[in-house]
Amino acid sequence: MIRAGHFLGFIIFCMGVSICLFTIHPRITSARYHQIRERNRQLVVALGLTDLCLFTEARYTRHISQADLHSAFQEHPLALEHFPSGAIVPPPPIFHHPNPGTPGE
Amino acid sequence: MIWINRQRYYLDFILSSLGRRKWKNASLICVYMLVVFLISSMTFLAGALRREADLLLHESPELIVQRMIAGRHALMPVDYIADIETIRGIQKVIPRLWGYYFHPASGANYTLMAPEAFQHDDAKVVIGAGVMRTWDPGPTGTLVFKSSKGGTVELAIAETFESQSDLVAADLILMSAATFRQITGVAPGWSTDLAVTVRNPREIQTIANKIVDALPDARPILKSEIQRTYAAVFHWRSGYIIVMLSGALLAFVIFAWDKATGLSAGERTEIGILKGVGWDTTDILMIKFWEGLVISLTAFLGGTILAYGHVFFTSAFLFSHALKGWAVLYPEFHLQPFVNIYQLAVLFALTVVPYTFITIVPAWRAAVTDPDTVMTQG
Repeated sequence: MIRAGHFLGFIIFCMGVSICLFTIHPRITSARYHQIRERNRQLVVALGLTDLCLFTEARYTRHISQADLHSAFQEHPLALEHFPSGAIVPPPPIFHHPNPGTPGE
Repeated sequence: MIWINRQRYYLDFILSSLGRRKWKNASLICVYMLVVFLISSMTFLAGALRREADLLLHESPELIVQRMIAGRHALMPVDYIADIETIRGIQKVIPRLWGYYFHPASGANYTLMAPEAFQHDDAKVVIGAGVMRTWDPGPTGTLVFKSSKGGTVELAIAETFESQSDLVAADLILMSAATFRQITGVAPGWSTDLAVTVRNPREIQTIANKIVDALPDARPILKSEIQRTYAAVFHWRSGYIIVMLSGALLAFVIFAWDKATGLSAGERTEIGILKGVGWDTTDILMIKFWEGLVISLTAFLGGTILAYGHVFFTSAFLFSHALKGWAVLYPEFHLQPFVNIYQLAVLFALTVVPYTFITIVPAWRAAVTDPDTVMTQG
């Protein structure tokens, strides 16, 4: 039978692991990541990069910040977004607050 | 001391009670842990990507000016530079040459770029580690491109970016401006867009407005907009993240609702017997509180530890398919571990607190009923 002492010991152990992971591990590895980030920052400065290389499947997902607002729908008339990573990109804020004077409303 | 001992006895009692239904409770903890794991993984991954994007793109050009024709991004005439440079407050305008190249053999889409200070000759390229992985340059170490005028252009690899730079450069192919124009067909006197440096960053919005006044077909993109775009992509309300989160949260709600709406026959009988042997309602509520806490705390700690390992030790391999989509070229990146108190507090408040308190409700209903009735119903 598990006794209260055993359970509390288990919880304290898990909390110890959590504290090590959430606070100590990031500090231990920060020098390494700082070095990598510094190199990447230098590349961003030297090449004038504007986007992260995360979604390479379509031009408007590779350079999200440079894409036209409706680029997903410009491949051909009535085209629907079909690239999976397009689902990650939310619509621009303007669609949440449409202009009250927009015709057809 | 008496209070502490009392709580310890409650805990002893509830642990032995949970042990009597160990498979049911073990499966309950596993499902609960899975829900916490999914929610935590999404939160940690989105938080770390958002932070990385913010720190890296802080160095992006302050202002990019594109040209729009018929609602689409079009090539920019280099003559526009003279018009833009007349605006007061502008320090420097650099034409940028970049575009895409689809390589049919690998099926991947690469980013071609001709930096201003390319340090190799026209027959050389500098490529990202992702290009090396997917293109297969063969024993000659050359990449063969199709030229816009027909024919091929063979370029030797002069340098490769290390894979640690994948997050910004996995698909990059750098070349000289002349080679870029030969492959893409962008004529001299034209560029993809313009990068503008301003003297006082606080004037950037005014300068952007002046550029649009001077060149009505121009579309300025501010650095703050670039950063906002990435903040929105990895915000918890963004497309994929909200789909994952809402699915996991819905599963959790169903699971908690099931717990809140009723007790099993065995649990009812147990409460009836405890009441019958003299336990009062407070004792029953306390053991149910401890039961909820034991289950939810175990699931929370297990779920968040596993999520941390998943995101920061395995690069969130379970989500890579979704992030990859149809892309052939996917960067190999390791995110800097980053978890803040706010994220953990939100996860705790969303998962542990409601479950712990919701388990008390049906127990309270059973505890205030006559023991005989409870046992008969059970």
